[in-house]
Amino acid sequence: MIRLENLVKDYGTVRAVDHIDFNINDGEILGFLGPNGAGKSTTLKMITCYLSPTEGNIHVGEANVIDDSLEIRKKIGYLPEQNPLYAEMIVYDYLKFVAEVRRIPDFKNRLKEIIDLCGLHGVVNKTVQTLSKGYKQRVGLAQAILHDPEILILDEPTSGLDPNQIVEIRELIKKLGKEKTLIISSHILQEVQAVCDRIVIINKGKIVADGSADQLKSGFNKKMSVTIQADADEEALKLMVTNLGNMNLTKVKMISATLTEAVVEFDRQLDRRPEIFNYIKNNGFTLYELHREDISLEDVFRNLTIEGGKK
Amino acid sequence: MNFAQLISKKETNAYFDSPSAYIFLVVFLLFSGWFFASPLFLANSADMRTLFNMIPILFLFFVPVITMGLLARERSSGTIELLATFPLTEVQIIMGKFWAALKLISIGLLFTLLHLLTIIILGTNIDYGAIFCGYIGLLMVGAVYASIGIFASSLSNNQIVAFIISFAIIFVLYMLQYSLFFIPAAFAGFFQYISIGYHYSNMARGVIDTRNLIYFLSLITIFLRLAIAVLEIRKWK
Repeated sequence: MIRLENLVKDYGTVRAVDHIDFNINDGEILGFLGPNGAGKSTTLKMITCYLSPTEGNIHVGEANVIDDSLEIRKKIGYLPEQNPLYAEMIVYDYLKFVAEVRRIPDFKNRLKEIIDLCGLHGVVNKTVQTLSKGYKQRVGLAQAILHDPEILILDEPTSGLDPNQIVEIRELIKKLGKEKTLIISSHILQEVQAVCDRIVIINKGKIVADGSADQLKSGFNKKMSVTIQADADEEALKLMVTNLGNMNLTKVKMISATLTEAVVEFDRQLDRRPEIFNYIKNNGFTLYELHREDISLEDVFRNLTIEGGKK
Repeated sequence: MNFAQLISKKETNAYFDSPSAYIFLVVFLLFSGWFFASPLFLANSADMRTLFNMIPILFLFFVPVITMGLLARERSSGTIELLATFPLTEVQIIMGKFWAALKLISIGLLFTLLHLLTIIILGTNIDYGAIFCGYIGLLMVGAVYASIGIFASSLSNNQIVAFIISFAIIFVLYMLQYSLFFIPAAFAGFFQYISIGYHYSNMARGVIDTRNLIYFLSLITIFLRLAIAVLEIRKWK
């Protein structure tokens, strides 16, 4: 378990991280989300022992970053935001250097596994500077996982990649996340939503939200809103809302000669879509569409991180 | 291999993977050959004295060039983040870099043994002891310059800045003994004592005094310690 305890980091007079306090459980995939300059990278740099905290401490298992920095560094694989590659080196030599420093016993076999896993066939004998950005990112990932670390920390692993490369790297991350504690920072919401069990949103050095994507959304909005399309008229749908009770009709409108669309809202705790379906069916109408208009994580993010965001 | 050796091996490979090491060696040999050959032909004197007097001046230009990138480039390319998050200490990183620079300097010096061979063939009454001392002196001077260069390289992420800083420090330390007439008599002894040139000239003449060795080893330790401190302080900034 990783425990961030009252963590503070000052750069001169600027407070980049302001009393952050949370735990990361073993095997968890944590998405660390925030706008640029929120303190994500700084926090990750403190976990990886690149920077020392101004106040507070970080515990990894029994060890902590102030007293047992070298022990912790052995357990962590880290891909910084600025991919740390030596441009003139051949990919194989680079990975070999990392493997030697990481004291990997059976380097040849391990490298074969990593090349398979990261899809590096065909580039191992090239110099790093000739690779495309996507391949460079994979070499960076290979570097981070070479010593099979318990904890993997990836700082904006897909930034600057094209959509195909993003999908590839994301697949790779998903594969890796099955066995490891994984922390990914990002400002791309779909990415975090796609791979992470848990999301921590940070803004101006402070945690503003913490939970699964669903929890964050429901914490933000207690209502569920559902769009209905049926071959009933407006009156019939209004009647349905009154009959079912405890729901609000926010919109109702004829959208074609036969179809009417209505948007209703009810408490998120109780999913009432089956009731709606049955009511429409039992009253001799046909349901064309019934779908949940969910608040997106984007809305949550924007509201939490934009100054004076409306709640 | 220990960690410092691994870093050293990486740097040595980097020197020889790029043209930098070859350019350094070729140009260094060209200049040192000139300073050896001109007295040989012009003054008809087969000795190493002129060469030994000139190599510290050549090093003044060459050593900062080979050390300027050692840390500055790690910083500008972000690879310092890799090194600093490896299970390595700052001491191991700096020592590795220092060994790499010293290896390259030694290779350069090794090639000047060709000149010695010429003297052995042509000359008479060769004072092998003095030449041996001279080489120890040159190695010490090279090591001091390298430690200063590494310290300068730790200060900046710009290689040119690192070069200028190390050049300036070395220049002042070397030239102090030639500017003693500017200095009040009371301090002259002190300034002479901290000058690299003063300690080296003893060795170039063939005298190895422990005072000179202690001076060189202290300078090396001081500048490497400073470079280590600069790396450590970075974490707290």
